[in-house]
Parts: sequence; structure tokens; C-alpha cells
Amino acid sequence: MKKIEAIIRPGKLEEIKESLNKFNVHGLTISQVMGCGHQKGRKEFYRGTEVTLNLLPKIKIEIIANDSVVEDIVDLIVQEGKTGEVGDGKIFIYNVEDVVRIRTGERGEKAI
Amino acid sequence: MRKRIFSIILLVLVFILIPVSAFAEGEAKIDTGDTAFTLISIALVFFMTPGLALFYGGMVRKKNVLNTMMNSFVIIGLISIQWILIGYTLAFGTDISGLIGGLDFLGFTGVGQAPNVDLAATIPHGAFAMYQLMFAIITPALITGAFAERMRFPAFIVFTLLWATLVYDPLAHWVWGVGGWLRTLGALDFAGGTVVHISSGVAGLVIALFLGKRKGHSVTPMIPHNIPFVLLGAAILWFGWFGFNAGSALGANGLAVSALITTNTAAAAALLSWIVVEWLHHGKPTLLGAATGAVVGLVAITPGAGFVTPLAAIIIGLLVSPICYFAISVVKSKLGYDDALDAFGCHGVGGIFGAIATGLFATKSVNPAGANGLFYGNPSQLWIQVLSVIVTIVLSAVVSFIILKVISLFTTLRVTEEEEEDGLDITQHGENAYPDFSANQEIVL
Repeated sequence: MKKIEAIIRPGKLEEIKESLNKFNVHGLTISQVMGCGHQKGRKEFYRGTEVTLNLLPKIKIEIIANDSVVEDIVDLIVQEGKTGEVGDGKIFIYNVEDVVRIRTGERGEKAI
Repeated sequence: MRKRIFSIILLVLVFILIPVSAFAEGEAKIDTGDTAFTLISIALVFFMTPGLALFYGGMVRKKNVLNTMMNSFVIIGLISIQWILIGYTLAFGTDISGLIGGLDFLGFTGVGQAPNVDLAATIPHGAFAMYQLMFAIITPALITGAFAERMRFPAFIVFTLLWATLVYDPLAHWVWGVGGWLRTLGALDFAGGTVVHISSGVAGLVIALFLGKRKGHSVTPMIPHNIPFVLLGAAILWFGWFGFNAGSALGANGLAVSALITTNTAAAAALLSWIVVEWLHHGKPTLLGAATGAVVGLVAITPGAGFVTPLAAIIIGLLVSPICYFAISVVKSKLGYDDALDAFGCHGVGGIFGAIATGLFATKSVNPAGANGLFYGNPSQLWIQVLSVIVTIVLSAVVSFIILKVISLFTTLRVTEEEEEDGLDITQHGENAYPDFSANQEIVL
């Protein structure tokens, strides 16, 4: 089992969610996050005064999946989330020790 | 014992009834239309201060929104009482050598149902006094934008009471009081350009300089946390300003309509010219800019609302936004003072421009009781306007500084660094505007 953690552009959430849904991935957790990378923030103007914002809003998607589908999910996210410009985000993949379904107490892959 | 209580009650009743009995003696006749219009205008101007709370509250960071709104709202309480007790009589009591009102209206004595012929002949004296109260409330509330996000609440309360008594009340007397020396000189200020806007803007600048910059100023981004609040606040200000300017005619008459037309026109022109300047300068028109433009347009037309034509109002509105925009985006950052929400940049600069523009565009064809300005062949009016601006700046700057200096001898004006980091909502009021969890007693956030 793996955890796929993707930091994406907020505007790409709906497209990624839709294609994951078509691929029968129904379990995911998303959060609004702020972050910075190569994109280095942006400038905004308030009453004509320039303000540089280093942290930009992003969305974090977390998915736990069986090893067999991890590559497909990663491909889907890359395909839907890519614009080719700096700031498209990153995907991190981790090993998962165990999963517990709280309702039934099931463990491991059955609980995903 | 019972007899004694009875006689005390009788005595109290007599006191309560004294102003009522004055009603019968009034020489002037109450005009019901004027009175109804003034009552509505009182409510309109009152509503501007909660509107200002939204306007300012949206512009601060979310950890300071409650403190910022509280600063405006608590002034309604403070000045309403101060005005009854001492403020009104200092501003509008019988003149003492042009400088201050006498104590004849102390505690609103003699401010009753009968009109005061000198101040407003067709409405009850009480209506005039309460209308003026609403101006006395919003003026110190305007100052709060300058020191937002860093002033201790108790020090702010003391400052507000002293400023209202030592700056606003005398200045209102000079400009509007019967026998006030600026009024006698012929300075034109229809609805409070000098008394309300220049005085509060300048006081804001002084207090911003006195307190110093917010922690992390020009390093940490300090951006508005809720621009929809700012728009709602600006719209309420615009709405209330019809009472502020048209109401200043103190009658349901043609002059009130004339002032209402110039008010709306100048606000609209300034809204447009602000976003055009932004568009040209940075490529995008902002909603914050549109809201700010409308407000500075309203500020600029305030002194001339009842003296200028609609076409002059368009010119005044078109010009004020670029001037204020320049003051805020260039001058402020060059000089480096931290006028947090631009109390000086909007009300000080906009008010000064408006007072001078009144000296250019005023015409007796609009208001025979006014005067002609420079463009109507009377250059001396411009000098009177400039003089009234300078006098207002000096009075407000000097007295505000002295008040701050005196308060600082007794207590600190500014919150500690830790309190500033944690935000004034929690540290000054123990409240949180946007709790992340529905906080119960176990979860302290």
C-alpha cells in the first residue's frame, strides 16, 4: 500500500477529481495549503502599493492505494494537473504500514 | 420619610419638564417636512459609523478585525454621552470670542423641542443637536484607520475622549458655530470637509507617526482579509453620505437636492477615475480601488456639496482619485510612515483637495448664501479656503500630538510585540472572529 500526496494548482482540482472518479478511485482527502517552490510567489497591488506574496495557495490531495494502481493514479494526476508552467506542483509517494477502517475494525488492503 | 421621597420625585419631574415648557415659547415655527428629513438624515449619518467598521474591518488582517470594528463602534457609545454632557455646548453654545461655545447647553439643558433660530430655524433644537452628534461620532472613528492593528484599547479610549473635546468641539465651533471665527471669516464648509475629514486625517497621520510602524511593516504582507466587507462598508458610507451632505441643508428643500446630486456625481466620477489610474499603472482595476475611489470622491465633495454645480462635481471627483492614489502609493511609501488604512491618504488628502476645490468652483448661482470661488471671479475665497485648511491642520496636528504626549506619560499607547503578533482581537478583547473549530472550553485556540 502506498500513500500518494499531490500538491496541485487549485484550478486543477475538479479535473483531477473527475478523472480519478472515472478510474474508480473514490477515497481521497484534500486540504487547502499554502506553499512555495520555484514559482517564488506573486505580486499584488493594494491601493497602488505593491505587495509580494511568497506563499501561494495550493491544494493537497492524499490518496491511499494498492501498489498495483499507484502508477496509474500518478499518471492521471500528472496528465490532468500539468500546464507546463512553473507552479504545477509535486507528487510524493510513501509506503503505508497499515490501514484500519474504524467502523468495522478491518485492517490492510480490505480497509482501503 | 415618604414625604421627602415624594418631594424629590416632584423636583426631578420639574427638571424633566423644563425643556418641554420651553416648547411653547419658541418664536420660529417647526416645519414638519424639514424635521422629518432631518430625522431621517440623523439615522443615515449614524449608519455611516457601522459602515466604516466594515470598511476598515475588511482591510485589516483577520486577527485584528474585531478590534478594528470595536474601535469604530465603541465611539458611538463614548461620543453620544460626551456630546450630551459637554461636547454639544462647547461646539454650539453661545459664542465666547469666536473660539469656543459657552456652557449654556451643558447636559443638553435648553436643547428641546423648540427650534433654535440661530442654528436651525425650522426644526427642533434637539434634532439639530442630534444631527451634529452623528458627525461628532464618525470623525474620531475615521482616525482609527491610521493606528489600526497596534494601539492599546484603553489608551485609544482616553485619546478619543480628549480629542473629541479638545479638537473636534472647538473646530466645529470655529467653522459652524454662530460667531465662530472661521465662519465669520467666510470659510465655506458645507458638510464637514475641514471639521470632519481634514481634522481626522491629520490626527491619523500624527498618531501613525507617534506610534511607529506595525511590526513587520514592509516585510510581512499586510493585506486586506475580506474585501467584500470593504465594499459593503463603502456602499453603506455612500448611502449614509446622502444624509451627511444633503442633510446639511437642514431642510427638505432644493439645496438638499442640489447637494445630493453633487454627492452622488463626485463619488461616481472618483470611483471611475481610481480604477482607470490603477488600470494604467498596474494593468488591473481592483474592487478595493473602486471602493476607495468612491469614498475619496465623497470626501472631496463634502465641503462643496451645497456650493458647486454637477459639472464641477464631476471634475472634483475625477481629480481627487489620482491625487489620493499618488499620496498613498508613492508619497506614503517614500516617507515610510505606516498609516495602516490610509486615514490620512483618503480623508486628509481628499479633504484638503475638496476644501481648496470649493474655493475654485463655489458659485452663488447654486447657493446664494454661499460665495463665489476663483472660477467665478472671486479669488479671495480661495485664500479663505486655504487659510481654513492650514488652521485645521495646525490645530489638529498640534493638539493631537500634545494629547498623545500627555497620555504616554501615564500609560503605554501601543500593545507589546507579543500582543501584536497574537493579534488585538484575542489580546485586547479575548474574542476570535473566525474560530477554526467550534471552540469549547477544552479546546483553547
